[in-house]
Amino acid sequence: MTELLNWVDLGPVDNIPLQGARTYQTETDRIAVFRTVDGEVFALVDRCPHKDGPLAQGIVHGHFVTCPLHNMVFSLETGEAQGAEDGCARKVESRIVDGKVRIGLTSSQMGAINAG
Amino acid sequence: MTKIPASKDPALLQGRRPRLVVIGNGMAGMRTVEELLTRAPGKYDITVFGAEPRVNYNRIMLSPLLSGEKNFDDIVINGQDWYEENGITLQSGDPVVDIDRANKTVTAESGLAVSYDRLLLATGSMPIVIPIAGKDLPGVVTFRDVDDVDVMLKAAESGGRAVVIGGGLLGLEAAVGLQARGMKVTVLHLAGHVMERQLDASAGYLLQQELGRRGIEVITEADTREITGDEHVTGVWLKDGRHLDASLVVMAVGIRPNGWLADRAGLSVERGIVVDDFMTTSDPAVKAVGECVQHRGQCYGLVAPLFEMAKSCADHLAELESDGYPGSVTSTKLKVTGVDVFSAGDFSGGDEVEEIVFRDAGRGIYKRIVLEEGRIKGAVLYGDTADGAWYFQMLKDATDVGELRDTLAFGQAFAGGSVGNPRDAVAALPDDAEICGCNGICKGTIVAAINEQGLSSLDDVRAHTKASASCGSCSGLVENLLAVTLGGEFEADAAKPICPCTDHDHDTVRRLIKAQGLKSMAAVMQALEWKTADGCHSCRPALNYYLLAAWPGDYVDHGASRFINERVHANIQKDGTYSVVPRMWGGLTNPKELRALADVADKFDIPTMKVTGGQRIDLLGVKKEDLPAVWADLNAAGMVSGHAYGKSLRTVKTCVGQEWCRFGTQMSMSMGVELEQMTWGSWMPHKFKMAVSGCPRNCAEATIKDFGVIATEGGWDLHVGGNGGMHVRATELLCKVKTREEVKEYCCAFIQLYREEARYLERTAPWIERVGLKHVQERVVDDADNRAALYVRFLKSQETSQRDPWAERVKESVDAHEFSFLQAAE
Ligand SMILES: Cc1cc2nc3c(=O)[nH]c(=O)nc-3n(C[C@H](O)[C@H](O)[C@H](O)COP(=O)(O)OP(=O)(O)OC[C@H]3O[C@@H](n4cnc5c(N)ncnc54)[C@H](O)[C@@H]3O)c2cc1C
Ligand code: SF4
Ligand code: SF4
Ligand code: FES
Repeated sequence: MTELLNWVDLGPVDNIPLQGARTYQTETDRIAVFRTVDGEVFALVDRCPHKDGPLAQGIVHGHFVTCPLHNMVFSLETGEAQGAEDGCARKVESRIVDGKVRIGLTSSQMGAINAG
Repeated sequence: MTKIPASKDPALLQGRRPRLVVIGNGMAGMRTVEELLTRAPGKYDITVFGAEPRVNYNRIMLSPLLSGEKNFDDIVINGQDWYEENGITLQSGDPVVDIDRANKTVTAESGLAVSYDRLLLATGSMPIVIPIAGKDLPGVVTFRDVDDVDVMLKAAESGGRAVVIGGGLLGLEAAVGLQARGMKVTVLHLAGHVMERQLDASAGYLLQQELGRRGIEVITEADTREITGDEHVTGVWLKDGRHLDASLVVMAVGIRPNGWLADRAGLSVERGIVVDDFMTTSDPAVKAVGECVQHRGQCYGLVAPLFEMAKSCADHLAELESDGYPGSVTSTKLKVTGVDVFSAGDFSGGDEVEEIVFRDAGRGIYKRIVLEEGRIKGAVLYGDTADGAWYFQMLKDATDVGELRDTLAFGQAFAGGSVGNPRDAVAALPDDAEICGCNGICKGTIVAAINEQGLSSLDDVRAHTKASASCGSCSGLVENLLAVTLGGEFEADAAKPICPCTDHDHDTVRRLIKAQGLKSMAAVMQALEWKTADGCHSCRPALNYYLLAAWPGDYVDHGASRFINERVHANIQKDGTYSVVPRMWGGLTNPKELRALADVADKFDIPTMKVTGGQRIDLLGVKKEDLPAVWADLNAAGMVSGHAYGKSLRTVKTCVGQEWCRFGTQMSMSMGVELEQMTWGSWMPHKFKMAVSGCPRNCAEATIKDFGVIATEGGWDLHVGGNGGMHVRATELLCKVKTREEVKEYCCAFIQLYREEARYLERTAPWIERVGLKHVQERVVDDADNRAALYVRFLKSQETSQRDPWAERVKESVDAHEFSFLQAAE
């Protein structure tokens, strides 16, 4: 069963540096929003499945990010760890609409907003 | 089969060793001497005259020297010690000007006269200079020796346009080299297509297009009328009235065997010095090898035949039975990275011959094989030259290819039915297949050497068989042979690439950044053919450092290629918070600083304060978004970032020294402060730590630092290469100096050498273990000029790097995006 997503507008894509990331705090999780060298935007929950490393602080290369704590590499497209390691960072849906970044949050992530 | 009867030898009659004088210290002459030494060591008393003021080097490698892929040390074949070890007297920089055959003496320009029993002429060729106005102007060069390359490199430093006259092998290599050095290059070529002697029109066209894509302009059917300029070349006039501006003109229109000396001595000289199959000239006491000779009517301009001549000449000089030199069939390859061209034999076509042509326009591949009576007569390959050796072997063997005819163009893998795996292809070759064209070495010889002499690396094979030691284009084949022969034991020992994004190793990338004037990450990745869009976490920080070190003040630091610590100038900790360490110069502090630290810790709820191993105070557990405010408060108290997170100068630890200590012989605290103020902010291959002790009791533990200073009665001991990390390593003594000024100069020079030579993430300890302390001493201690130059370069790069990164982030909002969260739009 696919959950209905709530699309949140995070402002112009230019606010996120190329080959970099910024974070957005939801009720339950911090979300890392990445912008890759080719201008695409991806989002993952900002927590490395290895030891909770803040993925948004890593180096972004191609469609990958390297965790700043122990250098595990994750695909931004799927969240999956690359190479021998296994593990998966939680993927968050994202898109660019009219030059603005939108991410799709679940109801629990929206938490307070829905409640309020 | 002729043989010199020993009984008639005047030297032997006089009971001394016969004297062999060699004129020409080049590739053919020295190869003959090498071959002679293996056949009959100590037989002759050898003297070598060389016109060039240097040892024997690999002339083929002048092109990589020009483009920056190699430096002079890499291309030396036999260094000074080789001459000494083998008792050879080398008179370099002293050309022979006269041969007196009647008295058997040669006289050099310096007046030195030496008698010989046997004389060997190996004077090579002279580049042809077209006799037009302006040919002698400064800025007009040929392409023959290291001096020519030096002139070109000098010209390239100031940019501008180079005109290369001649679109043959040498001209194109010069053009590509100069372009790599940052010049605009135009090639003028008289014929209708480039390399017309080796390539047919189709392959020439493809090559010219490729050169065009690389920004090298080629004008064919261009006849040069005149070179213009008064004091220095300014341009070139073509006969059709076109004029091209130029600050450098390279003439590469051909070579002529250098036979004037022989001619003057009355030897028989036609196009070249005439020799028989034993390389003997018209005078039995005089031999000749190399490009200067004419053998069975042929003159050669490639090393493979010269090396065969060398063998036959050495046999004869060693008085061994031999069949003599029968002449050679040659093949050619262009040594330009990324351009694959191969040609061999005669491919001019005609009525009698049959041609097989294969074109794949999409992949830029062209192959043409010329057959005569079912045998290969010539081959031209462009774009895919992997099968060059195979065709060439069949050409030389005159193999009947009738049965292969239909699939011949697809190459060996197809014909042999084996898969396209290079190892299998090598395994399938017969033992007499030639692997190294330059040295004429076949598979069986290499395999035997590997097995019998226990060779396990490319270098070993080069040293023992000479295979791949000349132009190097067969290195891949040799490595595959090693792999096939040794099986699982073999690991290619080629320098390791930085990471999977590239085939280049660290040192090559550094050299090319400088040589090709690459000034941005994108330029490096483009020019060096990176395999990924924007690298990865391994290569990007390394490139960022190399660019920063190569172009201080010029290159703009690329934040997204730095590890988070260096991006935000604080240390990331295991819970995602940060730690902050301000500088305490030389480990000194004062009440005001301590009060500021205490206030900051209170104000931002900083949970832990700790004294570090480098005599500073660490504030641990700072939230990222609080960092700018923490820095602002610390800056207000006069404190700046300690770079505790960076690949840069960290700390300078000191003892209390002569300032307070009853044993102190020098002022170690102020020395430490001065060193730190001079060197802080400098980015390095890895973290860098220093210490200063005021006497040999060494309370500051200077002997486990990257640079340690220990005061003595009379001055200072300077130590380097210590490491307290996972592999503890004590320093080695670099040298002793007298004054404080010297301590500083040596310190900066050492750091700069490390910055310029070490690989990224290589600390001083492994670096020194790799290159040897002697290497460092030679550059920093023994060579005062080099030390001064390093010192100046270090200070120069400090001019732009000593800015407090905390202040930049607080006051100039550098990287402001780092410290705030994204907000949802209303
Ligand atoms: C830039 C460049 C690239 C090349 N690339 C290739 C390649 O890829 N493959 C290939 O097979 N070949 C290549 N060659 C050709 C190859 O280098 C020559 O064929 C080879 O060096 C010739 O050897 P040699 O000993 O006959 O002459 P040299 O190596 O030129 O040696 C002759 C020496 O004699 C000295 N000499 C001359 N006169 C006197 C005198 N009177 N007294 C004392 N010394 C004297 C000269 O100074 C010179 O050092 C290249 C050549 C150049 C210049
Ligand atoms: S090293 Fe010497 S000068 Fe420095 S504190 Fe120790 S005893 Fe004193
Ligand atoms: S030694 Fe360094 S890396 Fe290891 S736990 Fe201590 S602080 Fe961390
Ligand atoms: S926490 Fe990400 S790799 Fe260890």
